[in-house]
Amino acid sequence: MEEPVDDAGLAAFRAEVRAWLAANCPDEMRAPLRGDQDLCWGGRRWVFASDAQRIWLERMAARGWTVPEWPKAYGGGGLSRAEAGVLAAEMRRIRARPPLSSFGIWMLGPALLKYGSEAQKRAHLPPIARGEIRWCQGYSEPGAGSDLASLRTSAVLEGDHYVVNGSKVWTSYADKADWIFCLVRTDPAAPKHQGISFLLFDMESEGVSTSPIQLISGASPFCQTFFDNVRVPRENLVGAPGQGWEIAKYLLTHEREMIGGMDFSGEGRDSLAQLAKKALGEGGLRAEPLLCARVVAHEIDAIAFGLTMERVKDEARAGEGVGALSSMLKYVGTELNKQRNEIRMSLGGTDALGWEGREGDQARAWLRSRANSIEGGTSEIQLNIIARQVLRLPAAG
Amino acid sequence: MALVLTEEQRMIRSSAEGFLAAHGPVSQLRHLRDSRDPTGFSTGLWRGMAEMGFAGVLVPKAHGGTALGMVAAGLVSEAIGRNLTLSPFLGTAVLAATLVGRGGSAEQQKALLPPIAAGTAILALACDEAPRHAPAHIATRAEPSGNGFRISGAKTHVLDGHVADRLIVAARTRGCDCDPDGITLFLVDPKAPGVEVRRRPMVDSRNAAELRLEGVQVDGADVIGELHAGLPLLEAALDAARACLAAEMLGAAARSFEITLDYLQTREQFGRPIGSFQALQHRAAHLFCELELARSVVIRALRALEAGEDRAPFYASLAKAKTGEVARLATSEGVQMLGGIGMTDDHDMGFFLKRARAAGETFGDSAFHGARVAQFLNI
Ligand SMILES: Cc1cc2nc3c(=O)[nH]c(=O)nc-3n(C[C@H](O)[C@H](O)[C@H](O)COP(=O)(O)OP(=O)(O)OC[C@H]3O[C@@H](n4cnc5c(N)ncnc54)[C@H](O)[C@@H]3O)c2cc1C
Repeated sequence: MEEPVDDAGLAAFRAEVRAWLAANCPDEMRAPLRGDQDLCWGGRRWVFASDAQRIWLERMAARGWTVPEWPKAYGGGGLSRAEAGVLAAEMRRIRARPPLSSFGIWMLGPALLKYGSEAQKRAHLPPIARGEIRWCQGYSEPGAGSDLASLRTSAVLEGDHYVVNGSKVWTSYADKADWIFCLVRTDPAAPKHQGISFLLFDMESEGVSTSPIQLISGASPFCQTFFDNVRVPRENLVGAPGQGWEIAKYLLTHEREMIGGMDFSGEGRDSLAQLAKKALGEGGLRAEPLLCARVVAHEIDAIAFGLTMERVKDEARAGEGVGALSSMLKYVGTELNKQRNEIRMSLGGTDALGWEGREGDQARAWLRSRANSIEGGTSEIQLNIIARQVLRLPAAG
Repeated sequence: MALVLTEEQRMIRSSAEGFLAAHGPVSQLRHLRDSRDPTGFSTGLWRGMAEMGFAGVLVPKAHGGTALGMVAAGLVSEAIGRNLTLSPFLGTAVLAATLVGRGGSAEQQKALLPPIAAGTAILALACDEAPRHAPAHIATRAEPSGNGFRISGAKTHVLDGHVADRLIVAARTRGCDCDPDGITLFLVDPKAPGVEVRRRPMVDSRNAAELRLEGVQVDGADVIGELHAGLPLLEAALDAARACLAAEMLGAAARSFEITLDYLQTREQFGRPIGSFQALQHRAAHLFCELELARSVVIRALRALEAGEDRAPFYASLAKAKTGEVARLATSEGVQMLGGIGMTDDHDMGFFLKRARAAGETFGDSAFHGARVAQFLNI
């Protein structure tokens, strides 16, 4: 890897980070993720896979580096974008695993930082940063998917509490989460985008139940979630009543950037070539010209996408707007990840068809990747958003 | 290094765009084509580009250039692409300036760089010999003769060859036809006995000459760079040109996309703008994403070349491979979404389609550069 050129302040910070990581990142945490099962999600009921996983989370959280750019007052590291970039690069350098994966970090946190009250920030952000509370996202409903704003789960104010009734679906990890951030309809008379509010509540509340749903990959990461007269203190409403749609959309831009930039296959970038060598022998790919062409075309796009992520970050740093570009990153990143998994399956040939134990990793990752262009808003919806909001094309009639 | 432009580069971009939109627009290309202009570009425009500092963008200040660097050369190229400007910029200001600037002797630099920067000398690189780009494959021979060499062979796709004041010819001084070693670069006077230049207008209304060399006598002092070891120098200049072509294609693709979007907003069928049809919206949105990817690879390549990074050739090929595909997509989608009007010579879109094809082909198409990327990635 190329050695980065820093200005003096950043160079000192890099040296400090490098030394700290060398001393504090357990060896076991310096290996690429083999798949979803190696992630650390935290939460009340989390069982650490190893002491190393626990120690790594505790040490990073103590420095605020699970959320490097959040303010220190809320459990963050208070780092500048440039410093956070240094930390990320130094972690990549030693192949350190992320200490914590969390919807709280990726989705709720940014929304609370922008829209939350001071009390809400102090109550919810530090436990997210420390990995103590695990969150799930209650957006989709059986009747409201792409057309999210048609959601019907209702919240009616009775005294100091909202009473929530209805059901959510595809709620990832609802059965493992401690709290939910939930879109509810508080004003059934208002136009559909305006009657929605953003509500936080404990999944242990009376009247909440979940029922797991199995995915084609065999895993069961999501649920249908039911609310039966769930009583939620009114101070758990984020922003103003009716402001939920605006908050929901803001949160989605963060979710989309996260999904677009994620490498779900848990592998470094130039390993398609390595995989090809394993499967076909040195130079063997060249005897398969069509497969070879797909690999090359994919690698070109993957590198171009990586550079685009970098450029978009640089532009954000330079104060140029990104907003709607999250749809571009989500669309391109997820379509590429699906393509990558298809190619990995082809390179793996019949080896990749295994299903049990570790032998099933590749096929399960391939199947999981199909969801990338559905979750967080489908590819078609991202293209709609780009067409309308970036290109300003007229509404479909 | 950040992938955003500096303040100075932003200014260069807007001044190049403003100048070329005013003085080298598509209508000029149309006029030059229709009048079968013997030069093939406006000499007045080229003088103006020299005055703006564009002709000397890669020429050191000591030799009268502006030495603005590769990113600036790319930004000028992008503006050229947006306006489809005809000029000897690529052949003279990029290729020749790089070859002479990097490989030329002190005398050659003194004689050639100032007129390049001033826009008074046009130079043309004669490298390709076959329809598919293969820079190491050179059969043109230079045999020792007197205190110099006698060159014989044939060249194709010599950009601006019909109006060049000097040719730079890649010839073989030893080895077999495809040996990377044994290639030497020579300065050749197109008026010298034995040189035959045939102008060949192309589909994009640009000119690339075919060259025949029969026992052309050159002097030992006409060698540019090292004897037998000309290929690395040639490749370095080609990489600069490839990155500039990528930038030009990005400009052409972006401009044709704007024209397309404009049409989607205004053309009505079935009582509403055609841009309200989701089938077209999704294709436009996809194209937008592809253009963003192209923009990233182009700026990365220009930066790598400017900084002289080891991986600059990789990034140059990445940019040429990706942008070639994106420009093809943008211009063919442009023609399709314009319907019948897109097929007419009256509309500019056809010019963009043609230029994307020719620029994509020049100095290696997406397949050539994809293969080069694969080599760098060990695939
Ligand atoms: C693995 C996974 C995890 C998820 N996790 C969560 C979660 O944690 N929380 C949560 O709330 N939701 C979650 N979701 C739900 C996800 O956000 C929805 O599945 C998604 O928004 C699509 O909604 P839908 O499934 O109802 O499909 P539909 O909206 O019914 O779409 C069906 C098809 O129609 C297309 N379509 C719909 N509308 C249009 C249009 N206007 N123009 C063009 N095409 C259109 C879609 O693109 C799609 O191809 C998850 C989904 C998956 C697969």
